[in-house]
Amino acid sequence: MGMTMTQKILADHAGLENVKAGQLIKAKLDLVLGNDITTPVAVKEFRKIGVSKVFDKNKIAIVPDHFTPNKDIKSAEQVKFIKEFAREMGIVNYFEIGQMGVEHALLPEKGLVVAGDVVIGADSHTCTYGALGAFSTGIGSTDMAAGMATGEAWFKVPEAIKFVLKGKLRKWVSGKDVILHIIGMIGVDGALYKSMEFTGEGLSRLSMDDRLSMANMAIEAGGKNGIFDVDEKTLEYIKEHSTKPYKIYKADSDAEYSEAYEIDLSEIKSTVAFPHLPENTRTIDKVGNVAIDQVVIGSCTNGRIEDMRVAAAILKGRKVHPKVRCIIIPATQKIWKQSMNEGLFDIFVDSGAAVSTPTCGPCLGGHMGILAKGERAVATTNRNFVGRMGHPESEVYLASPAVAAASAIAGRIASPDEI
Amino acid sequence: MRANGKAIKYGNNVDTDVIIPARYLNTSDPAELASHCMEDLDKDFIKKVKNGDVMVAGKNFGCGSSREHAPIAIKVSGISCIIAETFARIFYRNAINIGLPIIECREAAVDISDGDSISIDFDSGVITNNTKNKTYSGVPFPEFMQQLISADGLVGYIKKNMTK
Repeated sequence: MGMTMTQKILADHAGLENVKAGQLIKAKLDLVLGNDITTPVAVKEFRKIGVSKVFDKNKIAIVPDHFTPNKDIKSAEQVKFIKEFAREMGIVNYFEIGQMGVEHALLPEKGLVVAGDVVIGADSHTCTYGALGAFSTGIGSTDMAAGMATGEAWFKVPEAIKFVLKGKLRKWVSGKDVILHIIGMIGVDGALYKSMEFTGEGLSRLSMDDRLSMANMAIEAGGKNGIFDVDEKTLEYIKEHSTKPYKIYKADSDAEYSEAYEIDLSEIKSTVAFPHLPENTRTIDKVGNVAIDQVVIGSCTNGRIEDMRVAAAILKGRKVHPKVRCIIIPATQKIWKQSMNEGLFDIFVDSGAAVSTPTCGPCLGGHMGILAKGERAVATTNRNFVGRMGHPESEVYLASPAVAAASAIAGRIASPDEI
Repeated sequence: MRANGKAIKYGNNVDTDVIIPARYLNTSDPAELASHCMEDLDKDFIKKVKNGDVMVAGKNFGCGSSREHAPIAIKVSGISCIIAETFARIFYRNAINIGLPIIECREAAVDISDGDSISIDFDSGVITNNTKNKTYSGVPFPEFMQQLISADGLVGYIKKNMTK
């Protein structure tokens, strides 16, 4: 029996000819990632293992992005602790304020992940790099510690769900809407323990930013990873950003899938996930009248340059509703500078939006835009759990940058077509 | 190894944001994390939980973030085991890696009521409901995971195998 794309990557990194779903394997790691919340716990566990060096100082990335720029003394202590560890170990890819970005936007941009890699990250959205044809998955701090010490991790080989994409997205509809649509269809545990493999002729019309945003939310369907076929766009992206050798894996034609779905991109409408689960989706024509207090455009899901451009196209020459706070967060320094150079900041500021330095901040209710009791936000982020962005009685509505920008103007959840 | 305690029951999709809200993640001190465990879902949890109590929940327990702070907070609060219909995969890994016993058992997860007296035999995977006079069989761990658990988690396992 053939193997899926994920199974092939895992087999190769485990030194095995063949693997099958359910098999427990030990795989070699190409990159181990941590952030300012998960790395402190990993460092403590790493010390318990008792080794004096990391397995490879070039294959570890530490990105303080969640509570940075440090929001309080405790956060500052955590960042100081991991920075000292990074220095002691000679870790090359430690990204200080001024260099950093939201980790899952930063690593592909820095060329640290390429097709065929196996990546673990102590952050659940590590699955983002599947957009590049890599196997990448979120793990916890102890796995990160073990990965840093040994360069290996244990995995249960996942089975896969195949998503065959066809057609072309309508105007204002993006990868975010596609993944919200899929999560609405299969549920927050619809891909539990499984790979989500994206293929089909529709793929060629999805930009890399669309794919990164889709792979990013595989975890919101419970997926172990989300992964895309490698095509010309992927290779172009990799060549532009990286000098690392890459390897293209293709699923065998007789690979077995637990389920298969055909998705016609041209039928997907702008989609919003209502509180308090990403599966509570409604198409934009069925949202009703939901007044909002805040809009956040950014995060590892939607803080990339295309997201900034879409938001600017809608906000241009218009004003953010007087009752709404609109916070825009380009995800990396590079995206920030690009947005500035393209004149997007003039549009944002003239519309009455605030532009922030890169941070995960509001997405997880850390800082830079916390909600009060009863407040509602439309956010381009990835989770809308109880209390996610602040008070346990606040509400988060997940949407694309186009819907978020339109909602900022309307003061309620709105379609870009209305504006 | 056995656990005995009363059941504290929750529903489906208990996420890591309600297990330990991110606003408390500016520390990794286990006792401080435990003091806020479950607070956005159940303000009384930390007042009512007693050493040995068993957390029982539905599908997809621990979905969301990779924060290991979540199983740490639950473990340090005194919970001896979590029984659920299914666990989100990162939470499942994290719990095993830090030595917090978890059992997948749909029958037990559905049948056990809040406050029931529960005993668990980890060697056999048998869960006994002393209140309802019933037993349920949990899904046993694969051998590799049993090795992890008997080494008190992943760090213990690696130390043992590195010195070999």
